[in-house]
Amino acid sequence: MSELKLPSIDYAALAPTLILLGAALVGVLVEAFVPRRRRHVVQLAVALLAVLGALTMVVLNANDRLITIGGAIAIDGPALFLQGAILVLAAMALLLIGERTVERGGAFVAQAAVTAESADDRRQAEGAPGATEVYPLTSFAVGGMLIFVAANDLLTMFIALEVLSLPLYLLCALARRRRLLSQEAAMKYFLLGAYASAFFLFGVALVYGFTAGIPGRAAGVDFATIHAAVAESPSSSVLLFGGMAMIAIGLLFKAGAAPFHVWTPDVYQGAPTPITGFMAACTKVAAFGALLRVFHVAFEGARWDFTPVLGTVAVLTMLVGAVLAVTQTDIKRLLAYSSIANAGYLLVGVLAPTSDGVSGTMFYLVAYGFSVLAAFAVVTLVRDADGEATHLSRWAGLGQRSPFYAGLFTFILLAFAGIPLTSGFTSKFAVFSAAFDGGQGWLVIAGVLTSMVLAFPYLRVVVLMWLSEPGESTPAVVMPGWLTSAALTIGVVATLVLGVFPQPLLDLAAGAAEFVR
Amino acid sequence: MMEILAKAPVEPVGDVTYATAEGLLGSVWLLVAIPLVSAAILLLLGRRADRWGHWLGVASVGVAFLLGLTYFFQLRGLENRSVELSLWDFIAVGELRVDFGLLFDPLAAVFVLLITGVGSLIHLYAVEYMAHDPGRRRFFAYFNLFVAAMLLLVLGNNYVMLFFGWEGVGLASYLLISFWYVRPAAATAGKKAFLMNRVGDAGLLIGIFIMFATLGTTQYDEVFTGVGSLTATTVLLLGLLLLLGAAGKSGQFPLQAWLPDAMEGPTPVSALIHAATMVTAGVYLIARSNPIFSANSTLQLVVVSVGALTLLLGAIIGMAKDDIKRVLAWSTVSQIGYMFLGVGLGGAAYALAIVHLLAHGFFKANMFLGAGSVMHGMKDQVDIRRFGGLAKYMKITWLTFMAGWLAIIGLPPFSGFFSKEPIIVAAFERDDWTAWLFGMAALLGAGLTAFYMTRLFVLTFHGPARWTEEIDHPHESPKLMTIPLILLAVGSIGAGALMVGPVPEWLEATAGLGGGSEAAHETVLSHLAITILSIGVTVIGAGLAWFLFRRGTATEPQPAGVLVTAARKNLYTDAVNETVFEKPGIFLTRALVYLDNRGIDGLVNALAAGVGGGSGRLRRLQTGFVRSYATSILAGALLVVAAFLAVEAGWLV
Repeated sequence: MSELKLPSIDYAALAPTLILLGAALVGVLVEAFVPRRRRHVVQLAVALLAVLGALTMVVLNANDRLITIGGAIAIDGPALFLQGAILVLAAMALLLIGERTVERGGAFVAQAAVTAESADDRRQAEGAPGATEVYPLTSFAVGGMLIFVAANDLLTMFIALEVLSLPLYLLCALARRRRLLSQEAAMKYFLLGAYASAFFLFGVALVYGFTAGIPGRAAGVDFATIHAAVAESPSSSVLLFGGMAMIAIGLLFKAGAAPFHVWTPDVYQGAPTPITGFMAACTKVAAFGALLRVFHVAFEGARWDFTPVLGTVAVLTMLVGAVLAVTQTDIKRLLAYSSIANAGYLLVGVLAPTSDGVSGTMFYLVAYGFSVLAAFAVVTLVRDADGEATHLSRWAGLGQRSPFYAGLFTFILLAFAGIPLTSGFTSKFAVFSAAFDGGQGWLVIAGVLTSMVLAFPYLRVVVLMWLSEPGESTPAVVMPGWLTSAALTIGVVATLVLGVFPQPLLDLAAGAAEFVR
Repeated sequence: MMEILAKAPVEPVGDVTYATAEGLLGSVWLLVAIPLVSAAILLLLGRRADRWGHWLGVASVGVAFLLGLTYFFQLRGLENRSVELSLWDFIAVGELRVDFGLLFDPLAAVFVLLITGVGSLIHLYAVEYMAHDPGRRRFFAYFNLFVAAMLLLVLGNNYVMLFFGWEGVGLASYLLISFWYVRPAAATAGKKAFLMNRVGDAGLLIGIFIMFATLGTTQYDEVFTGVGSLTATTVLLLGLLLLLGAAGKSGQFPLQAWLPDAMEGPTPVSALIHAATMVTAGVYLIARSNPIFSANSTLQLVVVSVGALTLLLGAIIGMAKDDIKRVLAWSTVSQIGYMFLGVGLGGAAYALAIVHLLAHGFFKANMFLGAGSVMHGMKDQVDIRRFGGLAKYMKITWLTFMAGWLAIIGLPPFSGFFSKEPIIVAAFERDDWTAWLFGMAALLGAGLTAFYMTRLFVLTFHGPARWTEEIDHPHESPKLMTIPLILLAVGSIGAGALMVGPVPEWLEATAGLGGGSEAAHETVLSHLAITILSIGVTVIGAGLAWFLFRRGTATEPQPAGVLVTAARKNLYTDAVNETVFEKPGIFLTRALVYLDNRGIDGLVNALAAGVGGGSGRLRRLQTGFVRSYATSILAGALLVVAAFLAVEAGWLV
């Protein structure tokens, strides 16, 4: 038996992931050993500290450009930038998740096992403290996302995909109110997510077959091998294209691109709003981080082949998101369709063949994440005795009831609409100009046209809030606790600053736009 | 086509350089900041500012006007009269650099004075006009926001900054048109304005991206210096996209339909935004981009054609309308057509168009506010068939409106004569047969203008009273409304004569606008003949209208011939829009909703929400089936895989 050779492991470079997964395990222990009264504070503290610790490690690692743990993980510019983005946005999301003053007991169900709409259920909805398992679940999901954007082979990526997805499925089911809706959303997300994972895995198998037979190189699904295989594999390219298509489908599902977006509105609507914000911000970063890596590193050599297909997907996504957003009557569904359209704009950045495309996409992800979390933070505040009032008719005249929060929400909507001097404009500008420069003018034209359409539903909400008389059913905005206030402030300030002084973050993204192979 | 492109390059502009702003001019950003801060205060303080908010609004624009004057005099003393102030690097990625900077040059200066000067008078008027409206403070906040955005638009030193202002004014205009949201017409008009402007905005934005892709910059000086290096086709495409943007904002063919509908907003809004300032942004864009437009004669021909077509279109429709504000609105469309004609002619006519723009700013604002004053005294009625004989009751409004009327029809020595007649002459100066075409169009337009404006004036102020029963005694408006009217009337009388000499000279220092020095072209008719002709058609038009309407008119719609019916229906342009844009749009939405079964559920949800409340409703909120989602994902997956395999087989690429 030959001596087993262990791969070298750079623990410092992996530290962010390890911290998060470790914190998740600690969280599980906390559930077991800490008295129920204290769990909320302890869990929130553990999760937040882990996120901040991981963020510190990302900052300390900022200059790393390496591949470690046997080629499974690549810590390079995009990985570090996106990990940092995920952590910052996750910290904001945790603030929203931890909020307990807006609604007694928080946004989560006290006992997930209680039958929905039973007497017990109604009792728990009245203010029993929410389940604290959400914190370890969130930590696991964040840990999975950190691996997802740094994965250097398709199998690691697949495992990371599952690690980040499974906790999300559970989290979606934990809304305190409207539990049927929430559980239905989780079920749908789970079934369809499993379905999409199967596509991804099948794609991995096909690509593995494709890499077999390169002279002097073993078959494998790490990105360097795939890259080499694209250039010189003797295998049938049907394997490559079939595999590439299926991998793309798996990732586009997570990204919420049409026609794989169908789950998005239901899940966004049914999930507890802090989790919706978390998904809209962090999952999006993770999914596009993976798309960037797969298409800029592994399949780079086939760029001219995948660009038209994925470009069509991008156009379709923008169109579906923008046009259907117009017909929505529920604010969470409206934001879901908006996030679909934004996935289309992000795809435009992914398809720009330069490092400007990579940096533009990364900038966009951060900017959008801040805005969308702030938007969902406001959604958690507009409520009545039955919980959040998400139907748009209930938002009529909100500007006169609560001018401050309506003003903040207006600002965020203007950012979504891409009005200049908000981050929405600079980020769209960054991806569109990169794509135009890279010769993808048709995508930019589609992007500009659909963003013109998409501005309309946003402005409709603005007009509804400010120019309508408040009806009897217009709820008041409840005073947010300091956690929500903090998240909202961060989101709004970031949206403004990135719209007026985007340069520092653009520089950071531009400096982090090179992948290692 | 090749021939057209071959003769394209007319005259390269040469290098364009701007000096750096120093001293007092270094604070030119205050012009934008002051109204902006005022708007923010008014919005954020809420009801607490209700008592004094409107005066803050007036004061901020007044201060901006005084500052603008100071900067103007500073600029006069400078050698290079184009100063740039770079505030910070806005976006800089790789090759791409966008400056957050301002440019104060002669062209920007005259716009600043127009916007803040006329703007502060209209603000003053609105204090009284909106006195009984509970939303007055909010109104002034949007109004100030508009002024700030408009100033940013004309003061930016690159196209991205211009776009910032462009979007800002669009937004403010949308809010102000929909201000009286309880009227369904106002809400619809707001939407229409918004959508049509978006079409134009999309053109402008794509044009900006083309600049990036081909020149790597959007700074005015670099674009204008580099435009000579572009191919004629690129210049043509770029120019057409900019023109689309300009047409959207300025209500020019084919995007003119929103402007008259925008009159649903409060009258001061119509005066400021939809007559004096925002709608002239398109003219500003073309005048500013003159090195691009001058670089391609095909492009100029397109601009001239759009201008000529719109000026006739506006005038013809204006003759058939009975709503006092709509007539003025179509007249605005028509007058901006003259300005487009001017900027399209190029050379010295650029400056003439700007002169007409300034003069128009005065007399049109004057007449809109006059119309507001009439409505104020007539219980907000707008139908000119139910006015008549008001001269006796509102002397000041009558006299000031008369000044505006004489100015717009262009009789000497009123200002329209000095600003419009040179454009007509310039149209006759073209080199080929198109001189006749555009010259005659401009001349005919002058006659039509005289007709419909005289009709408006006579029906409103003279002839027998045809008031509805609820009106017993029309009254003159209070002083706060008449003082701005008087000042604007003075401007309407004198502005043209005063400006026609110095303004073109002043504008020469603007990049590319120094075309006045080239040798005068031959006109196909002698200058004197054109002058006589234009006065002639004006007198005929006005006389005819006076003859027909001096005894009033029927108070109900009369059966009419083909042309009048067509004009009443806006020459069927709305119908065209509906078939070309609206129907396919609705169809697309329906098709997508159908495909995306969640969309159908969205509609069902809306229905459920309408039916009843309570938690029972939530049960029915059950959404689409997982199996249908899985099917649509599968279908999508099959398509994507098939597409990839088709690419592989070489069928697609």
